[in-house]
Amino acid sequence: MTAGRVMGTETEFGITILNQRGFNPVAASTAVVNGYADRRSRIRWSYDEESPGSDMRGIDVEREGDFDLDTGLVNTVLTNGARLYVDHAHPEYSTPETTDPLAAALYDKAGETVMVTAIGAAQRLLGTDERMVVHKNNSDGKGNSYGAHENYLIARATPFREIVRHLTPFFISRQVFTGSGKVGAENGRPGVGYQITQRADFFEEEVGLETTLKRPIINTRDEPHADPGKFRRLHVIIGDATLNEVQTFLKLGTTALVLAAIESGDLPDPVTLDDPVREVWSVSHDPTLRHRLATSDGRKLTALDLQWSIFEGVDRFTRSTGSSTVWIRVLDEWERILTDLERDPASTSDRLDWTAKLRLLDAYRDRDHLGWDSGKLRLLDLQYHDVDPGRSLYRRLVDRGDVRRLFTDAEVEAAVSDPPIDTRAYFRGACVARYREALVAANWDSLIFDVGEETLKRVPMMNPLRGTRRHVGELLDGSPDAATMIRALGGNDG
Amino acid sequence: MAEQKRERSSSDRRRDETERGDVAPATADAELTERIDDLLEEIDSVLEENAEEFVKNYVQKGGE
Repeated sequence: MTAGRVMGTETEFGITILNQRGFNPVAASTAVVNGYADRRSRIRWSYDEESPGSDMRGIDVEREGDFDLDTGLVNTVLTNGARLYVDHAHPEYSTPETTDPLAAALYDKAGETVMVTAIGAAQRLLGTDERMVVHKNNSDGKGNSYGAHENYLIARATPFREIVRHLTPFFISRQVFTGSGKVGAENGRPGVGYQITQRADFFEEEVGLETTLKRPIINTRDEPHADPGKFRRLHVIIGDATLNEVQTFLKLGTTALVLAAIESGDLPDPVTLDDPVREVWSVSHDPTLRHRLATSDGRKLTALDLQWSIFEGVDRFTRSTGSSTVWIRVLDEWERILTDLERDPASTSDRLDWTAKLRLLDAYRDRDHLGWDSGKLRLLDLQYHDVDPGRSLYRRLVDRGDVRRLFTDAEVEAAVSDPPIDTRAYFRGACVARYREALVAANWDSLIFDVGEETLKRVPMMNPLRGTRRHVGELLDGSPDAATMIRALGGNDG
Repeated sequence: MAEQKRERSSSDRRRDETERGDVAPATADAELTERIDDLLEEIDSVLEENAEEFVKNYVQKGGE
């Protein structure tokens, strides 16, 4: 797989305001999003029908001007091509489209910095005693969960049943390196002191469209935001929000590699599990990694056994196709994490949130003689995910050098302002940065401009791999304003 | 397959040990304990004040 894979993440953040009577999470989330976006420059989200348009050059201009612009939803589009908005009762950050797991992990991390800035602005509107606290986690420990989703563009031609057959055992077993850890169980699951993931307790179906109840292991939502004849978007909801950069890279990279191998048809038949939903819970509930999953042909395998067999098939396929460095790096990290988890899960605390958190909790249990039901342990669990660098326990570990990083703070800062250069996010982000005043609305596959003419101008971007710096960099550099840019695009028609 | 797996594990372990460098076990243990004590003290100083209260009031709406 030498070509890239279009991918990205969406993260809903937990939000609360301390010492505020009548705290309203929707109002608080709105304050966060509006805090980040200067009101003058708020760009609306458009829900108009996607139109394939002419995509030969990647982008083109349509001349008609009646668009369905959403005005009720709080939304903004950032110069890095990301979307920041209010979803239900949470602030949500969606990364720009990227083409590899390293870039996706970087923009995922940049979302935390965006959130810190936004909270800073929102905090100024609060009373002196009130303090906004935002967590990059997925559960309140009381039966309420919010998502951290991954998106991968995949070939429409691949039969969906193949995807379900291979991904089900992969998703269940990958929990051993995708979990961010949680004290206790919820949503009616049997009691447990500590478990590997935040999300497992909330999964109740094998395949389905839901995301807010009866959550399925394989989600069938299918809005490709690209040519639907060629692509589908795989919307993965069975993952935790992760802080560790290596872990985010692993989660996205291994999944993308498995998808490439499925598309190629080169993978050996996967294991079929007797009771996939129950195994989601059982794998998560066993931090010793000794739980054995029952297969339909009567075998009993650990999650690591399943991972090794998938790894071997994917490793063979990926190496045989002459893949670029980043994908080889995924294989190396994958092999190493499985090896280390097998030897001693604690040895992975530099790369995985769940083992890092467990190490902290065990130290506290030891020092303060605490049981798993202690409020202090639950607080530590929550505060590990606090995005405020002054309070984040994850950040304490980073500062002490206990955690491996993939990015410098400077690289993360750059990703907060600059878009990826190799997807349409480049065009989106660059237009926000350069033509903010004229940009009326945006969505994943189009931008709508008001250049002072009778009708609005819509620029469709149906191909995620067009609108890159290579395609439009020169055109943008030569266009001091949006009107010039639109003319230049139109002039190059055909 | 199981054998191949084990080979991989041990070769990786060797690689890890070479990279990290070996420390005498007793010294390493003492250092580790000290490091963890330091870490907990540092965390104590940034931890939200009333744990029970904070956790009790932390209620989120479901999302997605």
